[in-house]
Amino acid sequence: MTADSEVPPVVEMRGITIEFPGVKALEGVDFTLRAGEVHSLMGENGAGKSTLIKALTGVYTIASGTIAVSGVERTFRGTADAQAAGISTVYQEVNLCGNLSVGENIMLGHESRVAGRIDWRSTHREAARHLENLGVQIDTRSLLSSHSIALQQLVAISRAMVTDSKVLVLDEPTSSLDRSEVEQLFGVMRDLRDRGVAILFVTHFLDQVYEISDRLTVLRNGKLVAEHPVSEVPRAELISLMIGRELDELQALSRASVRTVDRTDAPVLSATQLGRKGSLNPVDVDVYEGEVIGIAGLLGSGRTELARLLYGADRADTGRLEMHGRPARITTPRNAIDNRIAFSSEDRRAEGIIGDLTVAENIVLGLQAKRGWLRKVRNPERVVAEYMDALGVTPADPHRLIRELSGGNQQKVLLARWLATAPQLIILDEPTRGIDIGAKADIQRKVAELSNAGLSVVFISSELEEVLRISQRVVVMRDRHKIGELASNDIEVADLVDFIAHDTIKKPESVA
Amino acid sequence: MTTSLSPTRTSGLAFARRFISRRISWVPVFAAVFILVVMFVAAQAYFGNFLTPRVISSLLLDNAYLLILAVGMTFVILTGGIDLSVGAVMAFTGMLGASLLRDGLPVALVIPIMLVVGAAMGLGVGVLVQYFGVQPFIASLAAMFAARGLAFMVSLSSIKVEDKAILWLQSTRLQAAPGSWSITPTGILALLTVVVAALVLAYTRFGRTIYAVGGNEQSAKLMGLPVVRTKLLAYVISGVCAGLAGVAFTAYTGASYPLNGIGTELDTIAAVVIGGTLLTGGSGYVLGSMVGVFVYGTIKSAISFLGAEQSWTRITIGALLLVFVVVQRIIVARSRRR
Amino acid sequence: MKRIFKHRMTWPIIALLVLVLVNTIARPSFISVTVQGDKLYGPIIDILRNSAPLMLVALGMTIVIATRGIDLSVGAIMAVSGAVALTIIEGSPAPDSLATVMIAATAGVLVALVLGVWNGFLVSVVGIQPIIATLVLMLAGRGIALLITGGFITTINSDPYKFMAQGYLIGLPFALFVSIAAVIAVALIERRTALGVLTEAVGINPEASRLAGVRSRSIIWAAYAVSGLLAGIAGILYSSNIMAADANAAGLYIELDAILAVVLGGTSLMGGKFSIAGTVIGVFTIQTLKSTITFLGVPPAVSPLFLAIVVVIVVLVQSPQLRDRLSRAVRRVRRGPATPTLTDSGAEAAQ
Repeated sequence: MTADSEVPPVVEMRGITIEFPGVKALEGVDFTLRAGEVHSLMGENGAGKSTLIKALTGVYTIASGTIAVSGVERTFRGTADAQAAGISTVYQEVNLCGNLSVGENIMLGHESRVAGRIDWRSTHREAARHLENLGVQIDTRSLLSSHSIALQQLVAISRAMVTDSKVLVLDEPTSSLDRSEVEQLFGVMRDLRDRGVAILFVTHFLDQVYEISDRLTVLRNGKLVAEHPVSEVPRAELISLMIGRELDELQALSRASVRTVDRTDAPVLSATQLGRKGSLNPVDVDVYEGEVIGIAGLLGSGRTELARLLYGADRADTGRLEMHGRPARITTPRNAIDNRIAFSSEDRRAEGIIGDLTVAENIVLGLQAKRGWLRKVRNPERVVAEYMDALGVTPADPHRLIRELSGGNQQKVLLARWLATAPQLIILDEPTRGIDIGAKADIQRKVAELSNAGLSVVFISSELEEVLRISQRVVVMRDRHKIGELASNDIEVADLVDFIAHDTIKKPESVA
Repeated sequence: MTTSLSPTRTSGLAFARRFISRRISWVPVFAAVFILVVMFVAAQAYFGNFLTPRVISSLLLDNAYLLILAVGMTFVILTGGIDLSVGAVMAFTGMLGASLLRDGLPVALVIPIMLVVGAAMGLGVGVLVQYFGVQPFIASLAAMFAARGLAFMVSLSSIKVEDKAILWLQSTRLQAAPGSWSITPTGILALLTVVVAALVLAYTRFGRTIYAVGGNEQSAKLMGLPVVRTKLLAYVISGVCAGLAGVAFTAYTGASYPLNGIGTELDTIAAVVIGGTLLTGGSGYVLGSMVGVFVYGTIKSAISFLGAEQSWTRITIGALLLVFVVVQRIIVARSRRR
Repeated sequence: MKRIFKHRMTWPIIALLVLVLVNTIARPSFISVTVQGDKLYGPIIDILRNSAPLMLVALGMTIVIATRGIDLSVGAIMAVSGAVALTIIEGSPAPDSLATVMIAATAGVLVALVLGVWNGFLVSVVGIQPIIATLVLMLAGRGIALLITGGFITTINSDPYKFMAQGYLIGLPFALFVSIAAVIAVALIERRTALGVLTEAVGINPEASRLAGVRSRSIIWAAYAVSGLLAGIAGILYSSNIMAADANAAGLYIELDAILAVVLGGTSLMGGKFSIAGTVIGVFTIQTLKSTITFLGVPPAVSPLFLAIVVVIVVLVQSPQLRDRLSRAVRRVRRGPATPTLTDSGAEAAQ
């Protein structure tokens, strides 16, 4: 059921701009949502999806632009305002209270009361009615936390229905659901759509976009890229809209590194059936000396999860690791470091830099942690100067606090931190995200240089072109599965896009 | 389209499962009751004359002030906060009340003043926590010092209370027979506080919002609940309870002393935690806190039966607190992993 | 000039100097130091001497706070160590012998160290919130001390023991040397090794530190152990000063004084960057403040009220929310309606 353009839009956002100190998170974005449609909002990390949702749900106030709900212009000063206007949100991390009963979570703030005293019997009856409308029958007096995430999400949707919401925002509701749970959620979504609810749907799973949505809007770097009926956008085109390269342009880009890697010795690191329940299905990966392995896949495909398991940042449930052919036990970052493995997280601010320490202290930290507290790094100035120079950190002032540096320079400092520990394998998760072109080129060049010198690298990036250019082999991930492994010499970006979209490429050249 | 999530069989097992899924948050309270019973049985077996109506009645009568404090503390801990000021506020309001009575103010005015002063101290803590992002323990630690200093400012020595109405609260004994079950007005006051608090927590929006805030403050905000007002009010309630405890304690001792209630904040927290309230907030009951106070009282009585040092009370309570906190920690860690 | 004002030690030093100045104007005898025999006397000497226990405790507290923790049990630990030491001396046939005193003091300090290790275990291994973990000992510690002393205030006569808090060495109070030695030792261990910077890393960003391979568990554990150890020494000094082990009064409220000293010295309660020098200044500020309060004729019992007021002022000055509100208000005055802001519910969602 495709929305008819005659139907007046329930939500009309015009020229939305939101700025944070130093960044324009959204720039003049238009967005329209109609009654009785499922509308997917698409984009990679930092595209502005969540900012747009937060503007719509009253979490952020907008700097300029207008939001009209059913033709009436509104200003939201908080989530309560948006809810009063009929806009409800269900987040990935279900925003309910697990310590309360299912019925309470649905009715909280809307309980039936008799003279100020809550009438629990009728409150629960009401809650059960709302749940049944979605086809769910459970004991409303049971604790919310005793139910699965999938069911909690349905409870959250029921809550939205209590207030007669015209607009339902579903922010990555499916990312922790299994297939049958997704089916159930989609059933509910179709049902609500047929009852005239406008649904804004965000997911990283392309299959789901094509399965459930009527229209889609693509954002990139805070700007509106496209708005189309889903049926008019082929998968490959959608991916290229999201990652921001025309297919032709992508094909024209320079070739992947043609350097051949000597794979006669045992791999530096070899993972067999490495997995973790709920985040990554078992995966096999080998990394040889001096090799750059790219991991390609969209956000939520399991690429970060794989990196974290390889480093021991999270504990694997299944599988085993070998280094140079010998079994290795890597269950904590310490183990990894002792095995000369380094890892740079995708979340630079929360998991990388120590913001209130200086550049010098941040660089020495890895080496210092390795040496222990008692043996202070000898001659830290020299180490710091050497790596700051090698990576071209600017400003070249080691005593500045790292949080005052630009993203690109912070990333260089983190790279310096790891290189100073002399690793044999370095795992880089999105090292070039959100940094300027110059710094990006510097980092790419450095990675190539290091691998030429024998360092093994696992390189993760949402920019497929970058992955292909830097790596010799690409592991392709989708929906928390490894769907294949390709030699980057043999393929173009368009092939990779095809492979992510359909599992197949026109000229499959899988590497053993 | 109907999900298969509901058990339609009504076998005994299903019933038990349903009971557990509904009442799981009462389990810690049952655990506290269990500990209380074990203590009763052990004490009775050891002393032979422990479980008498007189001793049991005195559990309530001797700890009425603590029960009132524990009720207020339960509100604060349920929101995920902590209030270290209650003992000192109790001492301060007690001193203030005693000195006002000495100056000839009528008791009908003095008691409301004590409650309002308690509320004001609580509000101060709440404002620091809510509007200035001060950690609850620092804000309430400051309030504790302020109240202690103020208590000494009222008078450096103890003030005897001769007001009949206040003394009536403790001296009147309603009893079945001499030496049997008995209760004083302060005991009734404490029980009333428990009942009112239990009803407020179970049957009002404010009460449920307390649980929601403690369960997940972020969610509560996104659900459009009045989080700020609720948290402020929790600290105010704790302050009012401290004021009321000041009344009860003054009646109990017949005098006010600025050093009254040193360490009482710790006893209160211990009683609340032993009574099954999670320190992370969102789960617990005032009835549990009442059981916790009785556990505390039983330990104290048993130790005086033994004729041992009263210092054992704090040590035992500290150990019990530790056990409960560790168990809570394990429970929370388990539920996170799921 | 601007750099001087921006330096984080500037304000604490100014506060201390102002306090000293006010005192000097109010009573010129404040800065006078008299020599009697070969010993120095005077209000300032008293402050230096009396601040020793607080100095020790505050040093430990600084390290603990740097890890994002707090140690509420320091006062109770002081009571325990004093009780242990005095009970040993009391039971000894030769209370005046140096060996007895050494053994007693060492035993007291070791027990305190064990208690600190215990706190650290609860926080770093079991994972209990620091406030609660140390609350357990705060609650039980004084009870333990009372048990050790048998419920009485143990008093002793032992000249070597008395010397620690009341004796003089080259004209200055011996306690001052203890306090200086502690400051130097802590500063050396934290700053000459990498412990300080690793502690700060753990306090600023625990997850990033873990991923960088820092052994945060041991570092946090060690912080509580050090805090216990220093509180133990403080307990010895305290009991030596009054020559009695008073389980109820020893170190009462010292935890707040210590927290206040740390905060006054510019170390944030949110953990991370810490300053030993700042804490030293904070300790002197508090001790001077207390001496001022006493001088003003306020009974010492009321002094917590003043400390509470200072705490509130200091935490408000540190409060990011207050700064936010102020700077937003300033901006509004300067250039009309504000630019995009988070709504209240957004402020936390954005984190």
